[in-house]
Order: sequence, then C-alpha cells, then structure tokens
Amino acid sequence: MNLQAEIPLDYLVVLSTIVFFIGLMGVLIRRNLITMLMGIELMLNAVNINFVAFNHYLFPHRLEGHFFALIVMAIAAAEAAIAISLIINIYRQFATVSVDDVDELKH
Amino acid sequence: MNLLLILLIIPLLTIVGIALVSDITKVRWVAAIGMSAQLIFSFILLYLFFRERNSGNTDAMLFVSAATWYESFNIQLKLGVDGISVSMILLTSIVTFAGVFASWQVEYLTKEFFISLIILAGGVFGFFISLDLFTMFLFYELAVIPMYLLIGIWGSGPKEYSAMKLTLMLMGGSAILLVGLLGLYFNSAPGGGRLTFDLTEIAKISIPLSTQLFFFPFIFIGFGVLGALFPLHTWSPDGHASAPTAVSMLHAGVLMKLGGYGCFRVALYLLPEAAHSLAWIFIILTTISVVYGAFGAVWQKDLKYINAYSSVSHCGLVLFALLMMNETATTGAILQMISHGLMTALFFALIGMIYSRTHSRMIHEMGGLMKVIPFLSVVYVIAGLASLGLPGLSGFVAEMTIFVGSFQHTDTFHRMATILACSSIVITAVYILRVVGILLLGPIKDNHFLELKDAQWFEKLSTVTLVASIAIIGITPFWLSNLIHGSLTQMIHAITN
Amino acid sequence: MDFSYTILILVLPFLIFLLIGSLGSRWRPHLSGLLGTSGLFIITVLAYVTAFNYFIHRTGEAYQAIEASQLTWLSFTDDLIIHLGILLDPLSVMMLVVITTVSLMVHIYSLGYMKGEAGFARYFAFLSFFTFSMLGLVVATNIFQMYIFWELVGLSSYLLIGFYYERPSAVAAAKKAFIVTRFADLGFLIGILILSFNTNTFDFARLTDQHGPVIAQPVTAMFMGLSVTTWAMLLIFMGGAGKSAMFPLHIWLPDAMEGPTPVSALIHAATMVVAGVYLVARLFPIYHFSSPGSLDVIAYVGSFTSLFAAVIACTQLDIKRVLAYSTLSQIGYMMVALGVSGYGNEAGLGYMASLFHLFTHAFFKALLFLGAGSVIHAVHNNLMTEMGGLRKYMPVTHITFLVACITIAGIPPFSGFFSKDEILVAAFEHNKIIFAVQWLVAGITAFYMFRLYFNIFWNSNPEYHHTPHESPSTMTIPLFILAVMSIFSGFVPFHELVTSDGRPLATEFHPMIAVPSVLIALAGIGLAAALYYRKNSRPETIAKSLKAFYTMAYRKFYVDEVYLFVTHKVVFQLISRPAAWFDRHIVDGTMNLIGNSTVSFSGAIKEMQSGEVQWYIWYFTSGVLLLALMILYLT
Repeated sequence: MNLQAEIPLDYLVVLSTIVFFIGLMGVLIRRNLITMLMGIELMLNAVNINFVAFNHYLFPHRLEGHFFALIVMAIAAAEAAIAISLIINIYRQFATVSVDDVDELKH
Repeated sequence: MNLLLILLIIPLLTIVGIALVSDITKVRWVAAIGMSAQLIFSFILLYLFFRERNSGNTDAMLFVSAATWYESFNIQLKLGVDGISVSMILLTSIVTFAGVFASWQVEYLTKEFFISLIILAGGVFGFFISLDLFTMFLFYELAVIPMYLLIGIWGSGPKEYSAMKLTLMLMGGSAILLVGLLGLYFNSAPGGGRLTFDLTEIAKISIPLSTQLFFFPFIFIGFGVLGALFPLHTWSPDGHASAPTAVSMLHAGVLMKLGGYGCFRVALYLLPEAAHSLAWIFIILTTISVVYGAFGAVWQKDLKYINAYSSVSHCGLVLFALLMMNETATTGAILQMISHGLMTALFFALIGMIYSRTHSRMIHEMGGLMKVIPFLSVVYVIAGLASLGLPGLSGFVAEMTIFVGSFQHTDTFHRMATILACSSIVITAVYILRVVGILLLGPIKDNHFLELKDAQWFEKLSTVTLVASIAIIGITPFWLSNLIHGSLTQMIHAITN
Repeated sequence: MDFSYTILILVLPFLIFLLIGSLGSRWRPHLSGLLGTSGLFIITVLAYVTAFNYFIHRTGEAYQAIEASQLTWLSFTDDLIIHLGILLDPLSVMMLVVITTVSLMVHIYSLGYMKGEAGFARYFAFLSFFTFSMLGLVVATNIFQMYIFWELVGLSSYLLIGFYYERPSAVAAAKKAFIVTRFADLGFLIGILILSFNTNTFDFARLTDQHGPVIAQPVTAMFMGLSVTTWAMLLIFMGGAGKSAMFPLHIWLPDAMEGPTPVSALIHAATMVVAGVYLVARLFPIYHFSSPGSLDVIAYVGSFTSLFAAVIACTQLDIKRVLAYSTLSQIGYMMVALGVSGYGNEAGLGYMASLFHLFTHAFFKALLFLGAGSVIHAVHNNLMTEMGGLRKYMPVTHITFLVACITIAGIPPFSGFFSKDEILVAAFEHNKIIFAVQWLVAGITAFYMFRLYFNIFWNSNPEYHHTPHESPSTMTIPLFILAVMSIFSGFVPFHELVTSDGRPLATEFHPMIAVPSVLIALAGIGLAAALYYRKNSRPETIAKSLKAFYTMAYRKFYVDEVYLFVTHKVVFQLISRPAAWFDRHIVDGTMNLIGNSTVSFSGAIKEMQSGEVQWYIWYFTSGVLLLALMILYLT
C-alpha cells in the first residue's frame, strides 16, 4: 500500500507514453505484418496502463478503468486472433507478410 | 400564362420533338421548324412590344410576371422584357435560326447535337427574359454547360483541351459571379425585410458604397470573362477554333453577349456608385482589349483565330462603351452587341462552309476562292466590310454611336481612350483586307479548288438571313436605336444619379 | 423652286447598282452596260436640269443653300442627329455636273474599252455604286452624311482598283488604297468628333454660318498649344488629304492605276480624288474664321505636293503613272488656292479659282486618262518606251490628247489657262514663295505632259506586234466630247456662280502674271520637244548627269519604301507579332499555368492516397499531435 507514495502517477503516464510510441513506431516503421501487429498490441497495452493508473489515482473506489483494461485485453486477444489468421491468409496468397506488397484491394 | 414563357416552351417542345423522331432528316426538320417558330415569335414579340409602348405604357419592363419557385430563399421565376432584351432576343433567334441551317450537314450523333444546341439557345433565351438574379444565373449556367459537350464531341483539332479550357474559364467566371450575386442577395434588404434576388427590387434600394466597391469587381469580372475582357479572353480563340460551326456562331454571336448584357444589367445598374469609382480600371482593360485584339488578329493565320481575336476587339468595344455610362455610348454598346453577334455568326458560318470544302482554315493554303465559290466569297466580303465598319452595314452604326457617345466625356482620360479605341477601325481594315486579299482574291492556289461547289440552299438560307439582318440594321438603324434608347433613359438616369 | 426631284439623282444609281449587282451575272453582259449607261444618262440630264434651275434663280444678291430633302437616319443625342438629305448650293450643284458628266463619259467609253472582259456586269455595277456614293458625298447636308458616303466612295475605289482581282498587284494596290485612306479617315472621324462635340451639330448650314454661333463664339479650349478647333480642322484636313492623295498620304494613288483605265479617269483623276478639295471648300468658313493657321498648313502641303509630284512625273515611264502624279500635282494647285484664299468678295478669289480648277481639271484629266486608255487599248502596254509614232494610227486619240496636253499646260484660250492663272493670282497676292513654286510647277507640268505626248505620238516607231488601230467609236466619242469641254469650259462664268460667299466676284486679267506663266509653259513644251520629238540621246545624257537626283525621283523619293517599312516592319513585326506572341505565351500561358498547377498540385496530393496504411497512420498521428498541441497552446 505504500506503492502509491513510491510510484507517482507521472511515472506511469511517462511509461505508458513510451510504450505507446514504441508501439506506434513499430506500426509505422516496420513493414512486417506480424511486427506491426505486435506494435498494435503494445499501443493497446500502453492504453491499458493509463486506464489502470488513472483509475487508481483519480477514482480509487471505482473500477471502470480496470474493467476497460480487461475489455481492451479481450478485444486485443480477439483482434490478434483475426489479424493472425488474416496474415496467414495473406501469406498464402502473396507469399509475403510485408505491407508494401499487399497494397491492392483486389487480387 | 405569360407571353414570354413561349420563348422557353418552343425550345422545350423542339427538344422533345427531336428526341421522339428517329432519322436524321426528320431531326433536322424538327429543329428547323422549332427555331423558325422561335424566330417568328420573336418578331411577334417585337411587334407587341412596340404596340404596348405606342399605347402609352411607360413601365420599365413589359409583360412582367412572377412565380416563386423556391420559397425559402425567395427565388422567383420573374420574367419581363424591355427594349434591350427584346433586341437581344431577336438577335438570338436570328442567329439560332441561321445556326440550325449552318449545321445541316452534321452527320455524327445528329440528334444529340441538335438537342444540345437547342438547350444552349434555350438557356440564352431564359437569361434574357429573367428578372431574378438567381434564375438568370441558372439559365446562364444552362447555356454554358452544353458548350462542353458540343465542343468536346463535335469539335475539331485539340477539342478536348479547348472544351476543357473554355468550360473551366467560364465556370471560374461563374464562380466569381456567384459570389457577387450572393453579395447582392444578402444586402438586398437593408431595412431587415425579406432578402430577394429580384433585380427590379434591388435596383430600388441603395447599397452602401463600401459594399458596392467590394462586390462590383466580382460581378463585372464574372460577366466580363464571358464578354472576353482582357486578360481573361484566351478561352475564346481556342474554344472557337475547335468548336463546330453552329456552336461558334451561337457562342460568339450570342453567348458572349450575355457577358455585356450582364455587366450592364447587373453590375452597372445595381452598383452604380462603385461603377463610377472603378470604371477607370476597366476602361483601361477594355481599351487594351480593343486595340490588342485587333493587333492580335493581324498576325493570325487560321481563319477562326482571326475571327476570335476580332471578337475580342469588338466585344471589348461593347464593355468599353458600357463603362462610359451615358445614353449614347450605351445605346452604341447594345447596337454593337447585336451587330457583332450577327456578323461574327456570319463569319463563323462562312468559315465552316469554306472549311467543309477546302478542308483547311489556314489562309495561306487557300487563294482565289472568289473565282470558284463566288457566292460564299461575296458574302465573306460583306461580312468583312460589316466588321470594318462600313456605312450601310450594322457595324458602322454601332461603332459611330459608341465613339460619339464616349466622346461626350470632357476629360482627357476618356478622350484618349476613345481615340485609341477609334484607331482600331484602321487595324480592323488591315486584317480584314489581308484575309480577303489572300483567301478570296488573287490566282487560284490549288487546282483541286476548281472542283469546289458553291453554296447549297441551306447554306444560302443561313447566310442570307444574317446578311439581310446586317444590311437592314445598317441601312435603317433608327428603329433599333430608338428601341434601345427608349429603354435606356431610365436606367442611365439611375446610374448617373 | 421645287427641287424634290433631286432625290432621284441619288436613288437611281443605287437601284441600278442593286439591279445589276444581283441579276447582272445572269444577263447578257452588254445589257448591264446599256442599263448602267442609260440610267446614268437620265441622272446626268437631271443634274443639268438641277444646275440650270439653281443657277438661274438667284434670290437677292447671293445664292442660297437649299435643302431639297431631308430624313432622319440616326440620332445620337438630342442635338447630334445624322440626317440624310440633299443640299443644293453652288458648290454641290457644280460638283453634280462634273461628276455626272465625267461618269457618263466613262460609262460610254467603258462600253467599248471593257468589251469582252469577264465581269463586265460587275464592272458596271461598281461604277453605278461609285456614282451613287460620290453624288451622295457632294450633296451631303451634314458632315456625318459626308463621312458615310466618304467611306462608301473609299469602298467603291477599293472594288474598282481591285477589279482584276486575280492579279496580285491589283489586290495589293486596292488594299493599300483602302488602308491608307482609312488611316486618313481616322483623322477625319476624330476631327468630326471634336468638332461636333464643341459645336453640338453636324449640320453644314450651322457650322459654316458666318454669323452663327459656331464661328461667332469660337471654343477657347486649348490642347497642346493649339486651339481645339484648329486640331479638329487639321484632323479633318487629314481625311481630305488622304482622299486627295496629298503628301505624305499620296502613295496609294500611283498604285491605284492597277484598276481599269476608265476607272482611273473617273475616280482617280476627276472625281473622288478631289473630294478632299471639296471637303475643305465645304468647311471653308470655319477654316477661314476659326482656324486660319490650318489654311496655311493646307497651302504649304498643297504647294509641296504639287512640286514633289511634278518632279516625279518627269521621270516615270508608265504613262498612267505620269498621269497619276500629274493629278497629284494639279490637286496640289487646288489646295494651294484654297489655302491662300480669303472669304467674301475679292478676297475669295482663291476659293473660286480652286473650284474652277477642279471643274476644268476634271474634264481635261479625264480626257487624258481616257486617251491614255485608248492608247493602251491599242498597244497593250503601259510603258511609253514601247510606244511612239502613234499619231498616224490613232488620229482622234492624238488630236484629243494634244488638246488635253495644251489645256493642262495652261496655254490660252484653253480652259486650263484660266483656272491656273487665277490660282497664280491668288497665290501672288497672298504668299510670294508659294507663287514662285506654283509658277515653276506650271513649267514642269508643261514639260512632263509634252514629254508624254511626244513619246507616245511622235518619237521613234517601235516594232508593234500587230498594227495599232484607232479605238471604236464608243471610245472616241467621249474623247471628242471631253476635248470640246476642255477647250470651252474656261469660258464658263465661274466667278459669278461658285464663290466663297455666293455673291458674284469681279475678276480682272493680270498680264503681269499671265504672261510669265504662259512663257514658262511654252519653255517647258519647247524643252520637251527638243528632248523627245525625235529619238536622240539627250534625255539619257541629262539623266546621267543628274544621276542621284534622277534615281531618287524615279524611285519616287523612296516614300513607298518608308511605308513598306512602317507597315511590314512596325505594324506586323513589331506590334502584331509580339502581341500575338504575348497573348499565346504570357496571357494564355498564365491561364494554362493555373490549370497545370492545379493538375500538378492534385497530382502531388494524390500520393497521399497511396493505399499504404502506415502512411495513413502517420498522417493521422501527426494530425492528432498537431491538434493536441494546438489545443494546448492556443487556447
């Protein structure tokens, strides 16, 4: 319970920002679909950190932030499942998982 | 029902008729009959107008009727004519009539061609009878849009480029114009009443000078683009060069007049104070148009380009005279619109007919045509003489009225501008006689020309109509001059005070 | 006296023109000729009846101007109205007689001369049209009507010079004539604008009324050191100088000889080219009372032209060109006479002399041209070097031509003597220098006319392809009639009929002037006889010894070259070509630039819609960050 005093909110926000931008950079810079997906996961998790942290510091007696984090995780899992299946299909079609090569809507 | 609606119904019925019949000959005849009916009705309108005036009706506008067609913005279908509109309607129906016969030999998509042509003409008729700014603008757009198709599909040479250029420049003009018209609309009820597009209502209120100064350039330039105001005239040479015969005729003959008419009826009439303050800028521009267009024509080698530049010069004179803002010069401007409309239509008709025979429009590739196609050549000479302002033909009457009118200003600026504009009559003579000398006179340049056939009946009908109109105005100008002058007095009074 | 029938003088030729012009090509050619000629005969009779009726009815002391008919043609303002009407005063009635007479002679002559030409009907249609416009010009009641017909005359001149339209030189000459006179007419028009604005009328009657408001209350406004009226009158004179081919606007006239010879006789010798003289005479009271300075200008221009043209005439070889330059020189005389004239009574001698010379000149110059036409008809050549000894083959032409030469040389009692003598008297009283020049020109005139005469009818006999023969009677009868008129028209009591103020003028004989002028004319004839009576080498020797001057005169003092430079280099190359270029590349270029930059701009932003998600995320993220920053720092 002393944790509150030891880790200020600023730290958590900075952490989540760093994680978010690492994820964003992953999405922007990398061309590999799997890596991009990982970047998206990182961004989602950065948001989760924020949700939990703000919930904890601002409204300690309520749980919406936590729930939101859980929902995000669930959706992230579902999204990862769909995304990976898409990626596998793309790989089968194009024999590549690089986004540059799959910029056409029809094939 | 309003009498003037017939001017819109006849084209509409003609279009329906053309759409219903199938083979080419019938399409032509339906178009011809429709436009003949229009011509006859225009003369009836002229007669009725004179009768009404003679019976003592001194209203500014006759045969007025109004019907609201868009309640929330107070947009009306308000119709009415004065002497100026009547003469412009007469011009339009003569040119359209001649245009139909000049395009007798259009083989490709004939039905669509005539439909577009008559939509264009209908737009022009609608424009001249509207008294509501929005309706006017609507008809204006209706006249401009078919132009794109007509040039793009039935044109020659770099037709897509020309069609695009013409349409875009005119649309640019309309966009500017629309800003000006909306400016008028939103200032049309200074006391807080209902906003209106009604021209006669707006004329009654006085708009503050600062507002006038802001919106005047929008309206004048917006209409000026269509009136070939320097330096926004360059759509004209390319557009005319690529357009098919009848379209050039209608466009140069009638559509360009919408510019001058609009400048007068909307810009000068509704915003008189701004007109007085800003006229000098536009007088300079139009003087440049007049002289520069003429010099531009001297150097051209393509018949259509020569005529297009000559149109720039002559239409410049129209705007020039309007900006002089006195009765005589304005009468001259309207006369010049009619005169130029007729003779330029005649020129384009002849160029089309010559082109269909020699398959060339380059003057240096032809020569001695007088010997082989005397009828067309003589008519060409007459058109040329009208263009260089020979007495007895319409050009002289118009130009002299303009010069005498412009010279009524006593200051040096107006005087010098007038003298410069006068000098265009010499340059006009140079380029007209140059063309006549190279194209029609001299030895026959090409032996193939010996096999050329002179005009066929429909070509004769088309050209003779126009020549007769030019000669009638030239020999007996007083009735037309009085018709226009009578309607101007009130308007000029409003402008000068 | 009722003169309303004079309207027929205008209406008839126009109707004939319309008739022949529209139907002539379907008729047999000589029908058009006969119709034109007989129509003109009626018009001539009408003109003579008018003249007779007018001149015998002198009411009071002076002849009054009569407006025989008047209709409103166009009204510019309440005051500036163009009327079309018929004005009869001594001046216009005299012109009616001259024009119809010469025109009739030319019509008859043309029946023979133009026989068998393609376009015979067209020729007569144009002749009728010319007659119509010229008659309309002289009977104009106001300056604008005059301008209208002035332009129409210019057109008919264009059409007739370019009659042989398949010949490029004829087309070029016609174009040149029209454009040069059109340029002069620009001055005329501006002059009319200035004058009419200041006087608020076009009417001759009001403009030239000696006690009327125009002259009595002159406009005081000045522009660039000259009064506005002087400007107007000088500009109007510019129009007159263009039509009358005064230096430096004379260049079109020699080229105009490309037209058929009878046309040259009618238009470019007797009638149209004197329109400038007529114009100045018509407006003479304004010139005299309101702007005497411009009269001096007219006198000097006329004097210079007469000398200049006479010198050139001595060197030309084409007989029609010699006559053309001679016409210039003689019109110069008329202008001089107007320029030195005063107004009213004895002072108005110059005015009377000028119109007297116009009257006599019309006959003898038409005779010269028709005679030359007869010669050309016989030898099919224009060059005097290809002629000679023709007196044996063409007796009638020879005698009539000789009569005309004596007349123009000013030998009494032929008509040219009287009119020229009075011009010299008027000049002597006004300005001694001008008198000296005109006296000298009289000698030169005699010389070049007899040079022409001897070269054609005497001199050596070249080899003719076929023996020359006398022209048919349709051509010789007009020659004969004109010869009679040339001899006797000097005895017309002109000083009682056509004077500056309508009152008769007493003239006296001045032996001090008449004798020297006859002497110098005889000297000129003698010199010509010495040089050209028989073939000899003296002309060449003289030409060689004066080589530079001779070449200059032969090349017409290079005025044509200057004009070519002005038109081709300046108008075409220096103005039109750059204007066309400017329009294509700068004005239109700007429009294309706007179009093209719109296209390339949209081409540039098109790349943003690449379909590459990562770029979208980039834009999206940058946008969000930007917005965040804006919200943070701007609010």
